[in-house]
Amino acid sequence: MQPIVSISNLSKTYTSGFHALKDVSLDISPGEILALLGPNGAGKTTLISIICGIVNASMGSVTVGGYDIIKDYRAARGLIGLVPQELTLGAFDTVWNTLCFSRGLFGKKPNPDFLEQLLKELSLWDKKDSMLMELSGGMKRRVLIGKALSHEPSILFLDEPTAGVDVELRKDMWALVRRLRESGVTIILTTHYIEEAEEIADRVGVINKGELLLVEDKFALMHKLGKRQLIIQLEEAVDIIPTTLSTWALELSAAGDQLTYTYDPRHVNTGVAGLLRSINDAGLLLKDVETSQSSLEEIFISLVNAKP
Amino acid sequence: MNIYAVKVIYKYEMLRALHTLAQSFASPVISTALYFVVFGSAIGSRIEQIDGVSYGTFIVPGLMMLALLTQSIANASFGIFFPKFTGTIYELMSAPVSFIEILLGYVGAAATKSFIIGLVILATAGLFVPLDIAHPVWMLGFLILTCISFSLFGFIIGLWANNFEKLQLIPMLVITPLVFLGGSFYSVNMLPPVWQTITMFNPVVYLISGFRWSFFEVADVSVWLSLTIVLGFLGACLITVWWMFKSGYRLKQ
Ligand SMILES: Nc1ncnc2c1ncn2[C@@H]1O[C@H](COP(=O)(O)OP(=O)(O)OP(=O)(O)O)[C@@H](O)[C@H]1O
Ligand SMILES: [Mg+2]
Repeated sequence: MQPIVSISNLSKTYTSGFHALKDVSLDISPGEILALLGPNGAGKTTLISIICGIVNASMGSVTVGGYDIIKDYRAARGLIGLVPQELTLGAFDTVWNTLCFSRGLFGKKPNPDFLEQLLKELSLWDKKDSMLMELSGGMKRRVLIGKALSHEPSILFLDEPTAGVDVELRKDMWALVRRLRESGVTIILTTHYIEEAEEIADRVGVINKGELLLVEDKFALMHKLGKRQLIIQLEEAVDIIPTTLSTWALELSAAGDQLTYTYDPRHVNTGVAGLLRSINDAGLLLKDVETSQSSLEEIFISLVNAKP
Repeated sequence: MNIYAVKVIYKYEMLRALHTLAQSFASPVISTALYFVVFGSAIGSRIEQIDGVSYGTFIVPGLMMLALLTQSIANASFGIFFPKFTGTIYELMSAPVSFIEILLGYVGAAATKSFIIGLVILATAGLFVPLDIAHPVWMLGFLILTCISFSLFGFIIGLWANNFEKLQLIPMLVITPLVFLGGSFYSVNMLPPVWQTITMFNPVVYLISGFRWSFFEVADVSVWLSLTIVLGFLGACLITVWWMFKSGYRLKQ
């Protein structure tokens, strides 16, 4: 399938001399949800800003829907809706007017019915005549989403959509994102929260210090880099690990009633069956057994720390 | 051409003026009326006619220009500075609009507002002094050209300014003195010869002279020279704006 966004060898050096993006290449497929994960200052906003036309690239090129973002900027930008990281809204407009403004700016003819439905979906319909400065932070965030969606884009960029958003609204937001995806919208979001990426994304890209460290299907990533742990609860605590079990990489808990075995699930022979047999042979009584998989968070930390 | 974009920018810039109706329209009209009372009546009664025109009438074109220039610059510069200041400019920059469309919206709205202010001041002046306009078409032509070119100039200032101080600087330090010294309240040939020469370097002199000619057929310089200078200024502003957008000056990193 043709990528809907194609980024090739993109670099950005700010006028200050700061090298914010280093040779980033990335293809985004239509209809997917891609989460860009990275610590503060990694270059997430810079990347999005270049695609949307707010920042000039120093090197490399980007196409959106097959259109070059410089040469065919009209066609390219028309496909994109952007929700910026900062709560940037004029003060003296009403919610309704600012949505009409955004829609017109993107060259779409007025469509009050569509905007009404959009506002209802964002639970903002009762606020449509409110001044923007009278809204709470979470409402402003939703207005920004409304503005981005007002011209029916096929690609939506959400730059840290859940910063300063309560649990309730966060759930609503993910529900909205899923609905949008079902209607065929491609969604690229940035976040610091691994759980968010884990919960919502199809693919995860990890950016650090201007470099795209990897882009991978979420489950493949967890599977590939994830370590699995087998936690064995013992009926009776022991002081030391029996010597017959010394060939296994086991850890004994301080209380002596729990053994932890870390293994790589990709190995054909994980050794789990053998371990359980050996434990039995050593005369230890099993109380309970559970496995746990490392989360994206652990994967992320190990990735970011691996690079000097 | 993204007509809808031009429409919404224009519409919201005009709406902004409506919200601040008092500030946008009433204040220039009131201050101009005050000039009439002070200059026209108090001082004018002591001044002979200038070039066969009574003083109160003579200052009308200059007063209009004073209001048009300051209002065009203030309106247009604020119109584009404010989104830069609040950060909402991101939307304009990420929208499928060309610089021509942005100009038509912002500068068009600012020029329209100035044009309305100009007409209101003219009507107000008509209440104080008798007014006969010798060349109405020329008068309207100069009026419109001035509104457009100085709105464009204000737009440039708004793009250039990165703080409120700079936004105020040019209008206060450059425009007001140029207008006051540009023959708004006197005829240039009333000045001593040295000052007459210096004054000729003030572009506003040509503007006011041409505008005044369209009213009374009296001018300090040829009306064609006035027209050329105004068109030249408009061209220079257009080229500057074009370059600013092309290079992303103060807009794009
Ligand atoms: N206008 C600018 N001039 C100079 N440097 C900049 C500019 N904008 C961003 N930077 C630098 O580029 C780097 C990347 O910034 P960017 O905003 O893209 O990070 P981010 O990944 O979005 O971070 P965060 O998670 O904090 O939003 C940072 O070190 C930042 O200081
Ligand atoms: Mg950011």
